[in-house]
Amino acid sequence: MGVLETERLTRRFGPLTAVDALSLKVEYGEVFGLLGPNGAGKTTVVKMLTTLLPPSDGSARVAGFDIVHQAEEVRRRIGYVPQMLSADGTLSGYENLLISAKLYDIPGKEREQRVRAGLAFMGLTDAADRLVRQYSGGMIRRLEIAQATLHRPPLLFLDEPTVGLDPLARRAVWEHIADLRAEFGTSILLTTHLMEEADNLCTRVAIMHLGKVVALGTPAELKDTLGREGATLDDVFVHYTGDTLDAGGNYRDAARTRRTARRLG
Amino acid sequence: MTLQERGAPRAAWVERLGSRDPLTTAGDFVRKTLVVVEVEMRKLRHDSTEVISRAAQPALWLLVFGQVMNQMRAIPTGGLPYIDFLAPGILAQSVLFIAIFYGIAIIWERDLGIVQKFLVSPAPRTAQVLGKGLAAGVRALAQALIIYALAALMGVDLNWNPLALLGVAAVVVCGAAVFSLFSLLVACLVKTRERFMGFGQVMTMPLFFASNAIYPVSLMPSWLQVIARLNPLTYEVDALRALMLRGGTSVYGVGMDLLVLVGIAAVLAVAGGRLYPNVVT
Repeated sequence: MGVLETERLTRRFGPLTAVDALSLKVEYGEVFGLLGPNGAGKTTVVKMLTTLLPPSDGSARVAGFDIVHQAEEVRRRIGYVPQMLSADGTLSGYENLLISAKLYDIPGKEREQRVRAGLAFMGLTDAADRLVRQYSGGMIRRLEIAQATLHRPPLLFLDEPTVGLDPLARRAVWEHIADLRAEFGTSILLTTHLMEEADNLCTRVAIMHLGKVVALGTPAELKDTLGREGATLDDVFVHYTGDTLDAGGNYRDAARTRRTARRLG
Repeated sequence: MTLQERGAPRAAWVERLGSRDPLTTAGDFVRKTLVVVEVEMRKLRHDSTEVISRAAQPALWLLVFGQVMNQMRAIPTGGLPYIDFLAPGILAQSVLFIAIFYGIAIIWERDLGIVQKFLVSPAPRTAQVLGKGLAAGVRALAQALIIYALAALMGVDLNWNPLALLGVAAVVVCGAAVFSLFSLLVACLVKTRERFMGFGQVMTMPLFFASNAIYPVSLMPSWLQVIARLNPLTYEVDALRALMLRGGTSVYGVGMDLLVLVGIAAVLAVAGGRLYPNVVT
């Protein structure tokens, strides 16, 4: 049994089918990348799997629990870092983690030690008592990942984890994600449209286009399918999603991404 | 939780929480509600300037409106000086004005991703919503302190009996919970800041004027009396008038007032728990 299994998972918004009969299986220990242009349906998939949005059709199981009928069990077993900045800027880093620890029923005796360990793991010990408002973008992202993994979830969702970060901060976040997997065996599902990110982190990727998976495999396999030397994941992406620069996303997506980028920058 | 379960190895605490009896569920509900309240208290501790700046409006009402009307003696107050009659009304009003715009904060937190972070946690969603309502109550209590100071300065004959003060605190928290939960429900329905602002402005004045905050219900034309009797603010003011002032009396009975406020808050919290996830879609 995989850590995540979806069966013809579908979400419609009025006449639009954002996610179209998605069937996927992610094994324990994998870092699975959902790639695709803006508006391909990646975020909608994540929202359904994190129980934020009910599916219109189909089903999915996370760590063996149904996302609709056993939503609370699912919530205990996942961590989620939304595309927006979910850390509370008006609290300190320590307080943000403390609140998470309480929300996830980490027993009082272990709380302090877990929070300190989480801060240390993400390299935030020195900044623990500063208000998050004063953190840099990369620090906020690392804090959020610490918050989302405090309860050691088997599956972690990262929605565009490095959008708006400069290359240095991006690399630091990648390293921490890799460490997390090495140390705790956390399975990760991340969405991105950065091919470098997918190449760096993912054991397998699925390329989504207009709500469907159009390609699935390891980064190397996907490059091989193009049948030419030196193909990059960028080439794969363009090959499968076609020339659809104008198709993806809308005003709201763009506004949100820019807002996130501004707050991180 | 049975003794046997309590002795279970620590590694199994996640699984243990999977099957729970009603008492554990209730305990969990209360704990999670308090976590949400704790967030608000921590925020207030980091930045309490907002509480001070919000005191300007009630100060104007008490100082200007109250003093002028005090001279006129046109409003039957049941033997109280008008400024005394007014003070509980202004406390209720400032609580209302804070609470009714609480939905904006929800929309703001939604845009930031904070609401999402709570929604993906195992905390019951009704507890999250009720916690928000009580958090607004905590903010309102800070406001009440300032209004008490103002009222004392102006010579309002306040009742300093500890039990009465406790009663005032309870009424303020309940009143704030009612209006902030109502505001949260609206935020979940309209979802954008612009639409919400329009709503907030439309709601506050009718709620304020169709209540006993600045004049008794008995002065109103009968159609307005009906509205005032349906307005939760009326019950909040009624209870405050009895508890806050040494010579104050309640028209409906403090017990009845509290029952009405708690009942409405409970209904709104349950409805809010259902609607809350809507705000992120």
